[in-house]
Amino acid sequence: MGEKEETRDKRQETSKDNAPSNPPLKIRGGRGSYDSSQLVATRDAYGEALLELGKKRNNVVVLDADLSASTKTGTFAKVFPERFYNMGISEQDLIGTASGLSLTGKLAFASTFAVFETGRAWEQIRQTVSYSNLNVKLVATHSGITVAEDGASHQAIEDIALMRVLPNMTVIVPADGIETKQVIETIADYNYPVYVRLGRVKVPVIMPEDYKFSIGKAYTFSLGKDANIIACGIMVSVAIKAMEILKENGIDAGVINMSTVKPLDNDAVIKAAKASRLIVTAEEHSIIGGLGGAVCEILTENYPVPVKRIGIKDTFGCSGPAEGLMKLYGLTADDIVRTVKEAIK
Amino acid sequence: MNPISVSRDINFLRRQAKTVRIEILEMLTEAGSGHTGGSLSAADVVTALYFYKMRHNPKDPLWKERDRFILSKGHAAPLLYAALSLSGYFDKSLLGTLRKIGSPLQGHPCSKLLPGVEISTGSLGQGLSIANGIALGLRMDGLNSRVYCLLGDGEIQEGQIWEAAMSASHYSLDNLCAIIDNNGLQIDGCCHDVMTIEPIVNKWIAFGWNVIDINGHDIGAILDALDEAETIKGKPTVIVARTVKGKGVSFFEGKVQYHGVAPTHEELKKALRELEDNG
Ligand SMILES: Cc1ncc(C[n+]2csc(CCOP(=O)(O)OP(=O)(O)O)c2C)c(N)n1
Ligand SMILES: [Mg+2]
Repeated sequence: MGEKEETRDKRQETSKDNAPSNPPLKIRGGRGSYDSSQLVATRDAYGEALLELGKKRNNVVVLDADLSASTKTGTFAKVFPERFYNMGISEQDLIGTASGLSLTGKLAFASTFAVFETGRAWEQIRQTVSYSNLNVKLVATHSGITVAEDGASHQAIEDIALMRVLPNMTVIVPADGIETKQVIETIADYNYPVYVRLGRVKVPVIMPEDYKFSIGKAYTFSLGKDANIIACGIMVSVAIKAMEILKENGIDAGVINMSTVKPLDNDAVIKAAKASRLIVTAEEHSIIGGLGGAVCEILTENYPVPVKRIGIKDTFGCSGPAEGLMKLYGLTADDIVRTVKEAIK
Repeated sequence: MNPISVSRDINFLRRQAKTVRIEILEMLTEAGSGHTGGSLSAADVVTALYFYKMRHNPKDPLWKERDRFILSKGHAAPLLYAALSLSGYFDKSLLGTLRKIGSPLQGHPCSKLLPGVEISTGSLGQGLSIANGIALGLRMDGLNSRVYCLLGDGEIQEGQIWEAAMSASHYSLDNLCAIIDNNGLQIDGCCHDVMTIEPIVNKWIAFGWNVIDINGHDIGAILDALDEAETIKGKPTVIVARTVKGKGVSFFEGKVQYHGVAPTHEELKKALRELEDNG
């Protein structure tokens, strides 16, 4: 019980550390990082970040379930074979073994596809990682419909909901390569369970090079008077595009990158609601139980304003090219623009 | 290092096992619910671990070089609590709080609440993977500590057990010893009726394990098996402990209905008398 209190305090501290920011939309390139002209898959950034972390700390261990080439943990495995464990195609054993390693003081990263990590091994995560509040990092790739051609069996659209409901669990959805690297570095110093949701496809680099991620702290690109879009993951860059289109149409919209879905940055949500009185959430996930759900929970209890949720509308995905699927499921900038226009009409 | 007297004194260990059984029965009766049969069947094995084989220190539960015990069949929590309390991890009076609000003695073990519990369990099938992870970590750290994991025989119907069985053998975890409490019963009946686990010995051999098949109530045989396991290099060992569910109390023995039922006060009185008379 004491442990739980401690965790909560720690989280509050983390979010206090950061004054609300309204940084300009200027993005600079730089050495050793990514620049705004690049497209980078968050899983690629993960592979690089793991390698860097492994060089800095010799207690980092990485586990995978026969997908190390895809999740990019293979990058770490090549350099540190003695600290990499391939568990074979056995996600439940993956979670248990990572837990055991963490009990001996190792900083364990367990990776596979999001649908298998959070779905197949959900109860292992609940019983062993979350209930015992273990320092296990669950970093899953291939989330959302942009898994694309492999189809619905491989497209995790419910993983945020599955992880968010677990006590002690932190849920982070990085928006780009820069943020992914920051997230991996940051959670290495946070000795509790974390779920990090990464993607397969290359996405625009949108976060400033000097961006500093902290758990539970949203990044506000700008606040609008007419609408504010709270997005996570690959939908942040889509939301920025929508914001620009809306501006051309004389509508003042803002964008907030809510990369930590749990604990949610309640202050940022309420501030955005006060600024615009219309909130749009955008996520590559079911509209049930994910970011949209989390934002609604906070607003209904604290500052009720109309909310429109952009996301997968309680249906499974299907095979096709990622871009086509984003259109098919209503996850484009135009979809956000139309939603905002209709709501403020 | 280890304030627990390490002794091959079989009579002493028999007496300890009897005390463990008495405490299990008393705490379950006081709690009014809980798992009697599977706590009693593994009492001799767990007594041998806590009072003979394992290096551990109740004054320093997180001692780095300790041997680890994972109670994968978490419903046998009363057995673990009795062994921990008798070892000196906490005061005996705490046993009376089992399953009550505010107690660190949860219905199934919670590592966040009770020192000496390595990891929370209760959902069957998960302990062996955790034990593997610990064994890997200890090996990376160059420690000689060993990991013991107690499984139910019904529990090994879980698919994850066989994932972990493969992993332990693949990673040559000779610092790991699993023990199956082979009491032949689960909740809905006999294992061989519900979902057979046979051939139990050959299955583990086929998965690359060293198997030691013993009478799980013969203290001498248990000690020998635990000692032998430590000498086997290059592969994990599993001890198939042939046991009787409810062992020590005639009217509980082999009775599937006493899996998850606590003794009544009347049954407790009779049971204690029996245990006294027999030993
Ligand atoms: C995953 C899971 N499924 C079901 C249960 C419910 N359950 C508790 S004990 C038990 C039977 C266990 O039988 P066995 O492993 O043989 O234990 P023992 O006979 O030693 O009590 C079951 C099904 C559980 N705890 N966990
Ligand atoms: Mg059984």
